[in-house]
Amino acid sequence: MSLSDKDKAAVVALWGKIGKSADVIGNDALSRMIVVYPETKTYFSHWPDLAPGSPHIKAHGKKVMGGIALAVTKIDDLKAGLFDLSEQHAYKLRVDPSNFKILNHCILVVISIMFPKEFTPEAHVSLDKFLSGVALALAERYR
Amino acid sequence: MVEWTDFERDTIQDIFSRIEYDVVGPAALARCLVVYPWTQRYFGGFGNLYNAAAIKGNPMVSKHGTTILHGLDRAVKNMDDIKNTYAELSVLHSEKLHVDPDNFKLLADCLTIVVAAQLGNEFSGEVQAAFQKFLAVVVSSLGRQYH
Repeated sequence: MSLSDKDKAAVVALWGKIGKSADVIGNDALSRMIVVYPETKTYFSHWPDLAPGSPHIKAHGKKVMGGIALAVTKIDDLKAGLFDLSEQHAYKLRVDPSNFKILNHCILVVISIMFPKEFTPEAHVSLDKFLSGVALALAERYR
Repeated sequence: MVEWTDFERDTIQDIFSRIEYDVVGPAALARCLVVYPWTQRYFGGFGNLYNAAAIKGNPMVSKHGTTILHGLDRAVKNMDDIKNTYAELSVLHSEKLHVDPDNFKLLADCLTIVVAAQLGNEFSGEVQAAFQKFLAVVVSSLGRQYH
């Protein structure tokens, strides 16, 4: 399910509208993920405060969305563009790749809440494909 | 048996009393058919599903979306026995409609996203957790009679 030119254009266009809210999106998506999928807390046992919107979550949400922003610029070759991030996730962070899907879902829910008009079904399918592609690229170096 | 907290019960009753069935149902089904186009395999008799605009404007899709959402009413009214509530519908989806149960989750995800857009900031993490738990029980019950 690779990205067509139409998908890429849709993602870039949507990002143009929502990109400046990336930090807010990241914070809400991560906060939400920890509440809705408590098993994901296991990756954050080193944070003292896992309450929604805590400074740790805020900072980490910003970092994650920075990665997404990078992926948008590398949309023509996600595997190459996210190589370093994949190495980091594979060897250092070792996040089980099933969690990428979970976080992606939370990101989509947040975008749906914040941008209901822009997040049409057409935009949704392209963004879902893109985020799936990002997840795949992030898992590339795992084994 | 599924254990529900008071918050979860109240949240589910509240959501279903507030959403507009003939807006949310059609929107969720249409979104599912657009975002996961292979689900169109079950709607061969629905006419034009050629593109997103056609799907959104298709009256059969709208009608069926509303039907599906009203189907959830049974679970809303019987939260303590969703499994048996859907036994018959599960057999129907398996024996007659031949729907791959994985599709139930796809529709559930689209429904979550549409309800999120409807409720806006009131769709907090806790509300989302309750709603997804509810849908997960429904999905599991619908898949239970498959063999």
